[in-house]
Amino acid sequence: MSEPDLILDMNALVGGYGGNDILKGASLTVRRNEIVVIVGPNGAGKSTLMKSAFGLVKIRQGSVTFEGEDITNMRPDLVVRRGMSYVPQEKNVFPSMTVQENLEMGGYLRKRGIAEKMDHIFQIFPRLKERRKQAAGSMSGGERQMVAMGRALMLDPTLILMDEPTAGLSPLFIEQTFDRIIEVNKLGISVLMVEQNAKQALEIAHRGYVLAMGRNRHEDTGAGLLGNQEIAEMFLGG
Amino acid sequence: MTNMVSIQGLSKAFGGLQAVNQCSFDIPKGGITGLIGPNGAGKTTLFSMIAGAIKPDSGKILLEGEDVSGLPTHKLFAKGLVRTFQIPHEFSRMTVRDNLMVVPPGQSGESLGWALLAPGKVRAQEQEVRNKVDDVLDFLQITHVANELAGNLSGGQKKLLELGRTMMTEAKMVLLDEPGAGVNRTLLGKLSDAIQRLNRERGYTFCIIEHDMDMISRLCHPVVVMAAGSVLAQGTMDDIRRNEEVREAYLGGHAARKLDKDAAK
Repeated sequence: MSEPDLILDMNALVGGYGGNDILKGASLTVRRNEIVVIVGPNGAGKSTLMKSAFGLVKIRQGSVTFEGEDITNMRPDLVVRRGMSYVPQEKNVFPSMTVQENLEMGGYLRKRGIAEKMDHIFQIFPRLKERRKQAAGSMSGGERQMVAMGRALMLDPTLILMDEPTAGLSPLFIEQTFDRIIEVNKLGISVLMVEQNAKQALEIAHRGYVLAMGRNRHEDTGAGLLGNQEIAEMFLGG
Repeated sequence: MTNMVSIQGLSKAFGGLQAVNQCSFDIPKGGITGLIGPNGAGKTTLFSMIAGAIKPDSGKILLEGEDVSGLPTHKLFAKGLVRTFQIPHEFSRMTVRDNLMVVPPGQSGESLGWALLAPGKVRAQEQEVRNKVDDVLDFLQITHVANELAGNLSGGQKKLLELGRTMMTEAKMVLLDEPGAGVNRTLLGKLSDAIQRLNRERGYTFCIIEHDMDMISRLCHPVVVMAAGSVLAQGTMDDIRRNEEVREAYLGGHAARKLDKDAAK
């Protein structure tokens, strides 16, 4: 029994990177067209939970289902082909390649339509068009984040995973990045992200999860979590 | 107030990119100076020059009045100047405890002679360092991961370890490069407390690069805003908040409105 609009279903995951288990039974779902945010203390397993959807974590128990198919422990290159993209927190661009080359790398599985797709991405990120010939490594943090997001969009994913997209960005860039995420979402792409700028992230999120010690602690709408006094004090910094 | 560090007309170019351009400002002794500005403004490059990791093309850096421009990192470290990195530089194959244990320089156990001739002295000193490590772990609330390999820590925990390493030294000037990025907001409050205590109780002078405006407005005076390699504005957080150029180039509507609201309280 699965809801028709459920695209990602992570169920009671136990696993980690080979040593101790980091996930101790965490579960999470993403529905079509949703922005879902994972928040929680450092070391709670937020990034690990997200990465386990992408085959980057060794899952010992539990299951990951994407678009109705069991993808538990599936290799990332195979997950990408099924319509999921991942934007890591660090080292998320090829620094010596130009913006345009970075986008081409993101589209390596496309048989045709690379130029059209790139034009489309330049419409969302006009800044990237201006800088298409510039090496990605010479760009500022906010611009690099746009390159990484653009690259992840090259394959028309149905779900995009983002690990702290605003970490290290100036307030203005944070605002712009969240605006871009909303735009991407409006294209019909679901978004799952981990964020420390939890308040701002929850403001744009449909739903949020609070994770602690590798387990679910709370789950609610973005507004619901923001309005919860206990959560605000414990996890959002009052 | 006397200056701990005085930066005078500092410049640095990488190829055609003028990363820092005729930049001048002072870091007052005993204070917590905030350094903010858009991504790519040259803040981290400036830190690298102050810490001796890269040499300026021109200009001067004074540490307590002494010209230290171009001195290598280890000599500056010996003078009490320490920096942390935006992207943590931990020894990933060592435990958290060992990462902290190796920080204090000149431990007698490093010498084969002392180790053979006076093992008691070596042990006593090691115990002293170990106690200090316990204090630091406790202070930062990372005791539960003391025996984990540092490489296995989460991003935020690595940041805490970076701060912990500065606490193991006899520092007087600490440069913190984005201590808050990737750190949970509640933990960030604790990190701010830690910085404030180190400042008040141990007399550390801090200069902090940070994008979290709550942290900057709570801790820092003065606040220096850099843009395109030079100083755009400096003053109290209130001065900065009211500066139109800063609002437009750096803060953006969301953050500026929030600061206005907080200031009105």
